[in-house]
Amino acid sequence: MAPFDPVEILGKPLGYLVFVLFGMGFGVTLEIAGFGLAHKLVGQFYFKDQTVFKTMFTSVLVAMVLIFLTSGLGWLDYDRIFVPPTYFWPGVLGGLLLGFGIILGGYCPGTSMVSSASGHLDGIFFVAGVMAGGLLFGNVVDGFWEFYNSSFMGRFTLPEWLGLPTGVVVFGAVVMGILLIWGSDAIEKAWKRREGILTQEEVKKDRKILSVVSLMLIVGALAVMLIGQPSLADAWNRNTEKQTLLAEGKAFVPAEEMTQAIYDPLINPILLDVRNERDFNLYHLEGARRVDMEQIPDMIEDLVNEPDGTVVFVMSNDETAAIEAWKMLVAKNTVNAYVLKGGINGWIEEFGADKFVPVENHPDDTLAWIIPEARGAKWPSAIPEQPHEKKPYEIIKLQKKAPTGAGGCG
Amino acid sequence: MTAATTTETKSKPKRTPKPYANAILAGVLLGLVLFLVYFFTGDGLGASGGANRIAIWLAKIVAPAWVNSTPYLIKYGGGVKNPLDSFIVMLDIGVLLGGFLSAWYFGRFNIETIKGPQVKVSFRWLMAFLGGTLAGFGARMARGCTSGQGLNGAATLSVGSWAFLLAFFAGGYLLAYFVKKLWF
Repeated sequence: MAPFDPVEILGKPLGYLVFVLFGMGFGVTLEIAGFGLAHKLVGQFYFKDQTVFKTMFTSVLVAMVLIFLTSGLGWLDYDRIFVPPTYFWPGVLGGLLLGFGIILGGYCPGTSMVSSASGHLDGIFFVAGVMAGGLLFGNVVDGFWEFYNSSFMGRFTLPEWLGLPTGVVVFGAVVMGILLIWGSDAIEKAWKRREGILTQEEVKKDRKILSVVSLMLIVGALAVMLIGQPSLADAWNRNTEKQTLLAEGKAFVPAEEMTQAIYDPLINPILLDVRNERDFNLYHLEGARRVDMEQIPDMIEDLVNEPDGTVVFVMSNDETAAIEAWKMLVAKNTVNAYVLKGGINGWIEEFGADKFVPVENHPDDTLAWIIPEARGAKWPSAIPEQPHEKKPYEIIKLQKKAPTGAGGCG
Repeated sequence: MTAATTTETKSKPKRTPKPYANAILAGVLLGLVLFLVYFFTGDGLGASGGANRIAIWLAKIVAPAWVNSTPYLIKYGGGVKNPLDSFIVMLDIGVLLGGFLSAWYFGRFNIETIKGPQVKVSFRWLMAFLGGTLAGFGARMARGCTSGQGLNGAATLSVGSWAFLLAFFAGGYLLAYFVKKLWF
């Protein structure tokens, strides 16, 4: 499933060439829109030429609809594409400065490059300024490091902020965006009329293009809303790779192998116990965290942010609940997780059977041992013992973190 | 170009420049490029990041000690790190190439200075440099420019990017009235 990492797949020279080609596409579209010409850009702020707003918002809406359409269809993994993280106030201040920059200098960083490439000397001076400004920032940022890193909200999206489904937000953005694009087109037409440079032909042609593009965007946004975004269950149903792992029993780590991983300095182990509070208080493994099943989806983002070498072990009394939790964790291939084979019951059987009396015919995924006291991890067998010899891992595979785009800030 | 625009031409264009594309169609194309780069690479578009890395590369040639002792710059080009070794620099190389090819193909490549009729060329250059400095500083502050923060974040529904875009337009409109002489 998209996205891919061109440098990982093709190696450095070729993978980088892919980015040069995308950059060329970017450069060509900026140039044909007229963004190499300062007046086309600053006209926006004098209620004259409105190309900046019209082109920018059209492109944003087109890309938005296509991103969430392909994500909804399960072709693109939205969780692995670059969403600029929110640092609210530094972002607002930076935006203001860029706004001042465009009105004083005539460009923004990308358009100044296209201007330079078109032979415009003012564009070259602007690019030189961008470079100087960046170095200046590097030199003084220590003085306001705290502000620079303030109001950090991580990967924070409009659907999360508004508490609405993604499809609804996309549809709302498209409807509002189209209205604003028509509005700015009307502003531009009024200016051209005043200047006497508006032809009837242009009015007709623009209206036709605007109508067709608006219609396509609305249809696309409706489709996004109807299809919705894939749930973890959808992602699991499409994940044939992990389904095979489960069917072949390769999702289950024996107690011995898990113990070795816990003591392995190259592994960052995370033990998730999905049993109820009562069972957890009676007996749990040292270092285990108890989580409710409903908390699992929200934990994924944090687990994805754990370093390379992180391995998650899920456990329940037997295996049923742990498997359900595991399915959610691995559905999108972002978390490296395994189920403790045999669960806590199996663990006790192996290390602490002498202490407890077994329950006859226990129902599935309930405790199979009578634990007399709620001693949690204070039972001797609850602390995994360091193995004497190191064997190669049979089930556990160390994964590099799934690639997530680094984006335009790099 | 409007009647108010004048240019200082050093060499006459060899052909009549072709008119620019319709703004909406250009937007559809730009949207497709943005979508494709996201779909195939997971990364968005960007411009200022590459310019910043090229600047650090240049600074490293002139003043390596300064680059190696400034924390923010070390991240990009400290020690044996090559500041140019990043996809974002490749995007910028592409932008320059694409911009040049398009301008040349449509007969719009021309060595000239775009400026308003009331300002001198040297003053226009000074303001372009100053505006560029503000933009370069602002782009670092916002962790991305109009493309890297604005386009990417708006299309992927980032809250911070929408706030950034609002601030960007607000900044432009706020100052526009006072500097009209620069342009018209």
